[in-house]
Amino acid sequence: MREFGYERATDVPGAVALRGADGGTSYLGGGTNLVDLMKSGVERPALLVDVRELPLDRVEVTEDGGLRIGATVTNSDLAVHPEVRRRYPMLAEALLAGASGQLRNMATVGGNLLQRTRCGYFADTSAPCNKRVPGSGCPAIAGEHHNHAILGASTHCVATHPSDMAVPLAALDAVVSYETVDGPGELPLADFYLPVGDTPHLETALPPGALITHVTVGPAPVAAVSHYRKVRERASYAFAIGSVAAALAVRGGVVEEVRLALGAVASRPWRARAAERALTGGPATAEAFAAAADAELAAAKPLPDNAYKVTLTRNLIVSELTRLAEESAR
Amino acid sequence: MALATSSTITLHVNGERRTLPVDHRTTLLDALRDHLELTGSKKGCDHGQCGACTVLIDGRRAVSCLQFAVAAEGREVTTIEGVADGDTLHPVQQAFIDLDGYQCGYCTPGQICSAIAVIEEHAAGWPSAATEDVRPEAGAPPLDADEIRERMSGNLCRCGAYVSIVQAVARAAEAAQGESAQDKSAQGGDLAGAEAGTAVTA
Ligand SMILES: Cc1cc2nc3c(=O)[nH]c(=O)nc-3n(C[C@H](O)[C@H](O)[C@H](O)COP(=O)(O)OP(=O)(O)OC[C@H]3O[C@@H](n4cnc5c(N)ncnc54)[C@H](O)[C@@H]3O)c2cc1C
Ligand code: SF4
Ligand code: FES
Ligand code: FES
Repeated sequence: MREFGYERATDVPGAVALRGADGGTSYLGGGTNLVDLMKSGVERPALLVDVRELPLDRVEVTEDGGLRIGATVTNSDLAVHPEVRRRYPMLAEALLAGASGQLRNMATVGGNLLQRTRCGYFADTSAPCNKRVPGSGCPAIAGEHHNHAILGASTHCVATHPSDMAVPLAALDAVVSYETVDGPGELPLADFYLPVGDTPHLETALPPGALITHVTVGPAPVAAVSHYRKVRERASYAFAIGSVAAALAVRGGVVEEVRLALGAVASRPWRARAAERALTGGPATAEAFAAAADAELAAAKPLPDNAYKVTLTRNLIVSELTRLAEESAR
Repeated sequence: MALATSSTITLHVNGERRTLPVDHRTTLLDALRDHLELTGSKKGCDHGQCGACTVLIDGRRAVSCLQFAVAAEGREVTTIEGVADGDTLHPVQQAFIDLDGYQCGYCTPGQICSAIAVIEEHAAGWPSAATEDVRPEAGAPPLDADEIRERMSGNLCRCGAYVSIVQAVARAAEAAQGESAQDKSAQGGDLAGAEAGTAVTA
């Protein structure tokens, strides 16, 4: 590991000033991803700015009835927050499905959004990887890719974003607020993660040196009936191989409103807008759910060893919407 | 100006203040084991994947291999060496002995630190991924075997002593519940603040 300096920031302006726009400095949240990647040599910061003592550890109800979540709120505190559990159960469930109790106590909201892919080549500094060393190639395409992307990937990178939390946040149209030395800014989650294209090393639209300060979700009454379902290779403490966050409101057998996002299928949490369009105003039946899943997955481009994800994701969508239709009718 | 890459830090471990010089690259786990001679916390994977290094930081369980020692300065760290009350073992330690919650014992300090926190988290009403209905109105689920397995899933055991680990955690949780029924003031535990939506430091 490279030697590094360590500073603890206590206010937001101080944190962004310490960080600057220099690529050699990194914010340190819970460290559960950054420390791991420093050990493997993927990340080599010269200075760490610890953000955990910033006054960003509150969850507040906004004037319009949404939630404003501080960037250093831990994954545990957010998961057990009564307003999250009551009004956005899919968000609580996604957080609880991630990592382990120990890691959730450490992990922060900001760090969770910015965690890097779990592609094995990315973590192995002896392998080529376009995301880590632009232009070096993507060995996953001809190699190990059973948990790689089926949607929105490119010939330059087929990695997935591993966050569970980000999937319901995508379904909820969350907005990320940040601070820089030049002032604050905002990004809707839909524009937060950049398309892969031929620049897989550029992952987010955050300006250099930006500190994530908050994530805001709107009131979204539809989310009162919502779930997150995650499939993994063992029962717990593993990353998703497929997941779905869904919220559904049905009146008189008709879909009034639906929110649907998919995890473990793309370089970002995947908002299933084609499926939402197909469903809205139509019948809440298993046939309609399957047709909507097919509409979304028509764009899927699986690789030889991850075609199972198309079927898995389709079945996940249908089963979760079916369950929610029953709950919504109650 | 060259950046300082080492510091003299003061760690609060098991109620004592310990001052030591550290290279910033030193993890809390390495500081405990190699600098403070507290070798109870074990290194299994060094990547957050096994739970053998689990300690309590400000009363909450955390993996000490993904935390730099310098970043733990000022926080209250409790290791397996600090959970007993003098010569009286912690009820979770006693339950692991009584029910054979281990074979080689390598994962055990991490399992016990984790289990202590699991029982407190459950008492504070925290749901888990095994909880059918996470809404606060649904109330806390009973700490049955499925809940224990899910909540303890961050602690791997290469010997596969899981069956008796689950029994030991259940036994210790029952004992703790009996105690808190007697002592109403203990109800909710240190984590109850989370219910009110406040930041929690135990
Ligand atoms: C064994 C293991 C299993 C896991 N399983 C899962 C899983 O099943 N599901 C899942 O979703 N996740 C899983 N994770 C990942 C975990 O959720 C992330 O590592 C965690 O959420 C990252 O948060 P952090 O605060 O620790 O980030 P850090 O490691 O501190 O930081 C991550 C990145 O974010 C940057 N950063 C941090 N805070 C800010 C901020 N406020 N503003 C700007 N930049 C910031 C850092 O500079 C760094 O680049 C697992 C991790 C491990 C080690
Ligand atoms: S999929 Fe992306 S992260 Fe993985 S090797 Fe290819 S370029 Fe690197
Ligand atoms: S040694 Fe820390 S989790 Fe394995
Ligand atoms: S008792 Fe041997 S690893 Fe758990």
